[in-house]
Amino acid sequence: MKSFSALLDRLAYTPSRNDKIRLLSDYFANTPDPDRGYALAALTDGLFFRLPLRRILGELIEARVDPVLFGLSRDYVGDTAETIALIWPAEGRGQEPLRLATVVETVQSAHPMEFPSLLTKWLDQLDATERWALLKLLTGALRVGVSARLAKTALAEWSAKPLADIEEVWHGLSPPYLELFAWLSGEGPRPSMEGRAVFRPLMLSHQIEDRELAVIDPADFIAEWKWDGIRVQAAHQAGERRLFSRTGDDISASFPDVVQTLPEGVVLDGELLVMRGYEVAPFNDLQQRVNRKSVTPAMLKSHPAHIRLYDILFEGDEDLRPLPFIERRKRLEAWHQVHAPSRTDVSSIVDFVSIAELEKLWAGARETGIEGLMLKRRDSPYLAGRPKGHWYKWKRAPLLIDAVLMYAQRGSGKRSSYYSDYTFGTWRDGDGGEPELVPVGKSYFGFTDEELKELDRWIRNNTVDSFGPVRQVEPKLVFEVAFDSVHRSTRHKSGVAMRFPRIHRIRWDKPAEEADRLETLTALIVD
Amino acid sequence: MRPDHFDSWLTVDRRGLYCRPGGFYVDPHGAVERAVISHGHSDHARPGHQHVLATKETLAVMRARLGSPAQRGTQALAYGKGLKIGDVAVTLIPAGHVLGSAQVLIEWKGVRAVVSGDYKRSADPTCPGFEITPCNLFITEATFALPVFQHGNAQDEVTKLLKSVAQFPDRAHAVGVYGLGKCQRLIALLRAAGYDHPIYLHGALQECCDLYESFGVTLGTLKPATGPKRDELTGQIVLAPPSAIADRWSRRLPDPITAFASGWMRVRARARQQGIELPLVISDHADWRELTETIAETGAEEVWVTHGREDALLHHIQSTGKRGRALALIGREDEDQ
Repeated sequence: MKSFSALLDRLAYTPSRNDKIRLLSDYFANTPDPDRGYALAALTDGLFFRLPLRRILGELIEARVDPVLFGLSRDYVGDTAETIALIWPAEGRGQEPLRLATVVETVQSAHPMEFPSLLTKWLDQLDATERWALLKLLTGALRVGVSARLAKTALAEWSAKPLADIEEVWHGLSPPYLELFAWLSGEGPRPSMEGRAVFRPLMLSHQIEDRELAVIDPADFIAEWKWDGIRVQAAHQAGERRLFSRTGDDISASFPDVVQTLPEGVVLDGELLVMRGYEVAPFNDLQQRVNRKSVTPAMLKSHPAHIRLYDILFEGDEDLRPLPFIERRKRLEAWHQVHAPSRTDVSSIVDFVSIAELEKLWAGARETGIEGLMLKRRDSPYLAGRPKGHWYKWKRAPLLIDAVLMYAQRGSGKRSSYYSDYTFGTWRDGDGGEPELVPVGKSYFGFTDEELKELDRWIRNNTVDSFGPVRQVEPKLVFEVAFDSVHRSTRHKSGVAMRFPRIHRIRWDKPAEEADRLETLTALIVD
Repeated sequence: MRPDHFDSWLTVDRRGLYCRPGGFYVDPHGAVERAVISHGHSDHARPGHQHVLATKETLAVMRARLGSPAQRGTQALAYGKGLKIGDVAVTLIPAGHVLGSAQVLIEWKGVRAVVSGDYKRSADPTCPGFEITPCNLFITEATFALPVFQHGNAQDEVTKLLKSVAQFPDRAHAVGVYGLGKCQRLIALLRAAGYDHPIYLHGALQECCDLYESFGVTLGTLKPATGPKRDELTGQIVLAPPSAIADRWSRRLPDPITAFASGWMRVRARARQQGIELPLVISDHADWRELTETIAETGAEEVWVTHGREDALLHHIQSTGKRGRALALIGREDEDQ
C-alpha cells in the first residue's frame, strides 16, 4: 500500500498530464506483479467491491473517537473518508507491510461479516496516507484525475509499445493483468485477441485547413455529415456484445438499447446519438445518458439511443480494415441491408461535384445534430490513430458572442501564477431595471501566452475584490467568445450553458456596455 | 488577588495577557510598558514596547525584523535562569518552536503558571527541545488542536521531496516556507538527509538564515535565487515565502513544482486551495497528541487556551476533569510559522 498510496497522493495534487504520465510509468516500472496490475485496475475503474463501507466505517469510528471531536474535525476537513483516515488512532508501525494485492484479493474473497475486523486490522497498521488510499480504493472511486486513456498512455510510455496495440488487447484482459505486464516488460508474447469482442483503436480525422481545402481533388473524396454525438465502436464477437467510447472505455452498461440488437460477428464504427423518430436530439440529451452508469426504463423511453453507422471493421472473422474506404462502405451498406438491427442506420453520403458546392452545403448546415462535414479519401484503409492526409473534419463555423469578463481564477501547474480561468457574462435587466451582468460561461483557452500575460496584468490592475484564488474585476473588458452551441441549463443562474466556449478575441477596444445581452444567447438555443 | 484564583492576577485585556503582580504582559498585541516575549514571530513579537525581556536569540530576531526590539531597554534572559520582578519570579524554558523560543514560567506566592507560547515536542536540529515544566496553570496554544492533526515524522516528508527532485530533474522545486524557523529547519533536515547541493533562497529568507548561522546552526551552502540564470535552477530546491511560490516571483524559476512545508498540508482541501502540487507536512507547532500529552504531563489543574481551534481542545480538557478556558486573544494569526 505504501507505493500505491504515494502514487495516488501525488496524482491527486498533480495537474499536468505529462507529469501524471511520468508518475504512473515510474510506478509501473518499479512495482512488482500483481500489485501494479491491481493498481492499474483501480485507476481504470476495473475493480468493484460490494461492501457497505459507510456503515462499517461509521460504526468503527464511533467506537474509537469522541463524536464531538469527530464532528469538529469533519467540519474542518470537509470529507468524511479523509477525516477517518487522518483521525484514526493508530501507530502504523512494527508490522509486515501490507500489499495492495493482499487487500484486493482478501476483500474479493472475504465474507461480509469479516469486513469490519479486516478493515480495523488494516487501518491500524497503515499510516494516514495509506488509510486514505485504502478507503478510496474500497469506495471504488479514486478521483485522482487519471482516465483509462491516460493510464494506457503511461503504459505505452514505460514499455515503448504503441498505444494502439495496448488498447487493442486491453478489453480481453482482466486484473491483475499479468499477461499484459509480461508482454510490456518484454518477458512474454503479445496476448492474443483473436475473435474476441475487444476494442480496435479508432481512425480519427484532422481539422481541415484552408490551404488543404484549396488543393484537394473532389474526385478522391467522399463527404458525409459530421453528426454531433459520441463516436463509438460497437462489437459483437465470440458471444460478447460491447460498446466502446472513442478512447476505448466500455460504455455498454449505459446503452443496453443499442447493444442488445447487434447481431453476432461484427465490429462497427458510428456516432452514438439520442434520436426521437427521425429527429436527432440535442447533444445535451445524450449527455444525460452518458453520465449515468445504469439506465432506468423511463430514461430508455424518453432518451432513446441510436447509432448512425460510418464504417465496418470486421464482418465475421474477416478483418476489413485493410480495404479501401469505398469498399468498406459497400460492405457496410450490404451488411445493413441484411441485418438492419433496430436503432441503427447508415450515415448518408453527401453528393458534391466541386469544393465550392460543398462549401455552400457546409455554410448552410445549421440543423440540430450536425457539427459539420467529414471528408474521407476513397482509398483510405482503416488506420488506428490520426494518420495524415486521409480523413478531414470540417467543423461548421463557431457561434460568437461578446461577453464581459467578471471573474478570473488562478490556473494550475505552469499557470499557477497567472489568472488564466475566466468567467464572463452578458447583460440583462436587473430587478430595478438597471442592466446587470449574469455569468454565462467559463473558459481557460483560446488565447496566446503573450495575451495571457497581458490579461494577467490587466486583472491585477482592475481587481475589485478577491476570494481565495478568485478575483472579481471591474466589468470593463470584452471577450469575443466562440462556442459550438448553447443549451438550456437549470444549473446555471443564466439558464444557459455553452458548449466548448473559448476566448476567440480580446476586444481591448470595445466598451463593456456594447457587449451582448443574454437574450442574444438564448435566441441561439436549439432544443 | 488570590494566587489560587488565577484570573485574579493573570488578566486579559485588549493588549493581551497581563501579570498584575509583576506589571508585565506576555506577547502583547498592542504596545506596552513591559513585555516578556516568547519568540520572534510577528504575531508574538510586536513593535513599540518600552521594555522587553526575552532570550538573546529572540532579541536578535526582533532587532533584525523590527530594527529595535524596544523603545527604552531590553534584557536578555538565558533559559532556566530565574529573574525576580517584584514578588514574581520569571523563568524562560525552551519551547522547541524556533530559535530562541521560550515558555514563560511565572511563579507567584507558591503558584506556578506556564505560558507555552508556540511549541512543538518533535525533534528540531535548529533549536533546543521543549522541556516539561510542572505547573498549576498551563496556558497553551491550540493552532493544530484537532485530532486529525498528527504531524508524523518530518524526515519522511523530506524523503518525499528528494524523491520528487530525483523524479523531475528537469524542473525546479519551489518550496514555500516561513522565514523564521521553518526555512532553517527544512534546510537542516535536507542536510541531515545527505542533500549537499546549494539551496537557493528568496531574498526575504537570507537574513534569518544568517542569524541562525551566527548562533551556530550550520546550514551548508545557500545561494540567492534571484540572480542566477534560469538554467542554473533546473533540478534545484528553491525556498521562498509562501506568498511568493504561486505568484509572479516564481516565474523566474524553470517550470517549478510548487511545494509547501506546513502542518496545514495534512488537510487536502488546504493544499488544493493554494494550488500546491507537493504538500509537505512539516510543522513547528504541537499536533493533537503533543498538545494533549503536554497538558497531562504538566499536571496543571487548569488550562487556558490562547489561539487556534480552541473548541476541540477545551472539549478534551473538560472531558479529563480539568478546568478549561478560552482566552480569545486578539491579533494571533492562524498560521503555522
